[in-house]
Amino acid sequence: MAETPHDDGRRAPLPPVLAPGHTYGSVTATISDVVLARALDWRWAVGMGIASSLLMLFGGAVANLLFRGTGIWGINTPVMWGWAIINFVWWVGIGHAGTLISAILLLLKQQWRTSINRFAEAMTLFAVACAGMFPLLHMGRPWKFWWMMPYPNTMALLPQWRSPLVWDVFAVSTYATVSALFWYVGLIPDLATLRDRAKNKYIAMAYGSLALGWRGSARHWSRYKSAYMLLAAMSTPLVVSVHTVVSFDFAVSVIPGWHATIFPPYFVAGAIFSGFAMVVTLMVPLRSWFGLKDFITDRHLDNMAKIILATGMIVGYGYAMEFFIAWYSGNPYEEFLLLNARPFGTYSNAYRMMVFCNVIIPQLLWIPAIRRNPIVLWVISIFVNIGMWLERYVIVITSLSEDFLPSSWAPYSPTIWDVATFLGTLGLFTFLLFAFIRVLPSIAIAEMRELVHEKHHEAHAAHAGHGVDAAEAREENR
Amino acid sequence: MPQVFHPSANTLSRVVIFSLAAGPGALLGLMYLLVRSPYQTQVGVIREQPVQFSHEHHAKGLGIDCRFCHTSVETAASAGMPATHTCMTCHSQIWTGSPLLEPVRASLREQDPLQWTRVHDLPDFVYFNHGVHVQKGVGCTECHGRVDLMPLAWKEKPMTMEWCLDCHRNPEPRLRPKDQIFNMEWTPPEGSELASTAHAASAAEPSPGAHPNTMTPVEVGQLTNCSICHR
Repeated sequence: MAETPHDDGRRAPLPPVLAPGHTYGSVTATISDVVLARALDWRWAVGMGIASSLLMLFGGAVANLLFRGTGIWGINTPVMWGWAIINFVWWVGIGHAGTLISAILLLLKQQWRTSINRFAEAMTLFAVACAGMFPLLHMGRPWKFWWMMPYPNTMALLPQWRSPLVWDVFAVSTYATVSALFWYVGLIPDLATLRDRAKNKYIAMAYGSLALGWRGSARHWSRYKSAYMLLAAMSTPLVVSVHTVVSFDFAVSVIPGWHATIFPPYFVAGAIFSGFAMVVTLMVPLRSWFGLKDFITDRHLDNMAKIILATGMIVGYGYAMEFFIAWYSGNPYEEFLLLNARPFGTYSNAYRMMVFCNVIIPQLLWIPAIRRNPIVLWVISIFVNIGMWLERYVIVITSLSEDFLPSSWAPYSPTIWDVATFLGTLGLFTFLLFAFIRVLPSIAIAEMRELVHEKHHEAHAAHAGHGVDAAEAREENR
Repeated sequence: MPQVFHPSANTLSRVVIFSLAAGPGALLGLMYLLVRSPYQTQVGVIREQPVQFSHEHHAKGLGIDCRFCHTSVETAASAGMPATHTCMTCHSQIWTGSPLLEPVRASLREQDPLQWTRVHDLPDFVYFNHGVHVQKGVGCTECHGRVDLMPLAWKEKPMTMEWCLDCHRNPEPRLRPKDQIFNMEWTPPEGSELASTAHAASAAEPSPGAHPNTMTPVEVGQLTNCSICHR
């Protein structure tokens, strides 16, 4: 059983999902104090300062874009999708870890998800917000975004349903809506906890309004559980569908290097890969700064590292398949692009760096000691983040820059404004995350109390030697 | 633990939740109605004109044909507005002292055309052509209504793209015989669909003596191509 630490004599014992000795009270206090009681941490303040500066840079970059148009970016014929689309796909991909953790791991009853789901869901929402910026800004006239919606207009026109870009609008907006709902519903009991623990009347009122009158009655819990499970079931297909549709933006076209059936699964795996990498990137400093190591244990890092390793292998398989299909199809354009242009051509540095970051570096995670070393794991997660950005760079740029006719080839290089906009969304993301940590409980308090309860029962049952009873007790508690 | 909220907060929260759910829908509904209302489309709104010209008097009362003033309606994109000389065909002889007609006389005196206010102003990216519509059997009243009953001119139809496409997607029921184009009082003959199909067929295969342009084949499907109206 994956839930219990075990020692079969060959491996080191798995760390627990919750440090021993915690009670309902200590769990509640530790998590809610981050929001309600802790003084301003200087590391938080410095981080928030950097994030706010980058957010202002974003404001400047957007203002300049709206004033002067998309020509300030490096895009031009034939590379009409530059950094904007790269960043869009990168951010959407990062968002996938949240839904996977909150929905699929919930339905699979993986206890270790409990202490990271809230944070991963928040990260998802903020990543989707950053992702959404790019298609909107890429329109050049973002105030006309609603033209993408099938509203009953006086032109008797609907969007072009055959375009995957329209599917994208629905995929991403559905994803954002369901993720936000899921996150909010999960927050309700914790908001009530914060309301009850707040000393200040106005803070209590703010959390109280958001808690929707939660009193924690049995009826409340019963309805809450069904709503949460329903939302989890609704989110589950979204884990697969969103990045599948994003991959259609490429795969449905006929551009060499894009027109491949491997794209949907390979994009989904890449999304989960980058999403978990981002969770690790954020979790490692967070748990140490806010004293949450008891809840986000080395066990969590170990499990996330395993998911990164597994999805990284799928991504590597995707790269290999691209080579194979290019050769096997006999299509000269595919062959040129994948067997020549990408590994040896103009952008070969990006391609090789991508393979190094996404395929070679994650192989270190086979070693258990590395999986449980926060610093090494953090460095690896940074490599993965960079590698996944480069993957989208390679896909977007190489295929567009050098397609069918050499006479229409043109090199691509980003401008300072591409960089500023990207750094700006990093600022937006970090700003939202830092604000979230100080305003809302970044670990699900109610679910942690439940975990304490389960652990208590497990220990009790193990002590009495009734494994069956323990399983039954767990079932009752759900 | 003291209660954070007064019991009235229950009602307030229900109102807020209901508004959050219903508000966007209601707003969209309002916008839906607003863009179709005369406030936006100007249907039935009488515009200020330099001369208070009555189509009712001239077309209905005196029986002057549309084409007497709108001379290019059968052949050109624009139906054409009459030159001051056209007015003076009669008004150099009758109502010569009428104060209502002073702008017309001033126009002739100063060789400065009258500046009419457009009642039907399509966006500049729409290439509407009167000639082809008239040639293919669309009567004046289909778009302009009973102009012969208007003392002052107003817009009868909304002229939205939706409205244009309504006919372009299925023109048959709105076509009429060639000799009835300028007949303000024409109505489709009794017998409903069969009749409309019959005269649509007659428009496609012209009867002897019909205008030669009617013989140009037009596929109904082509009428909804973007470039039919937007070039």
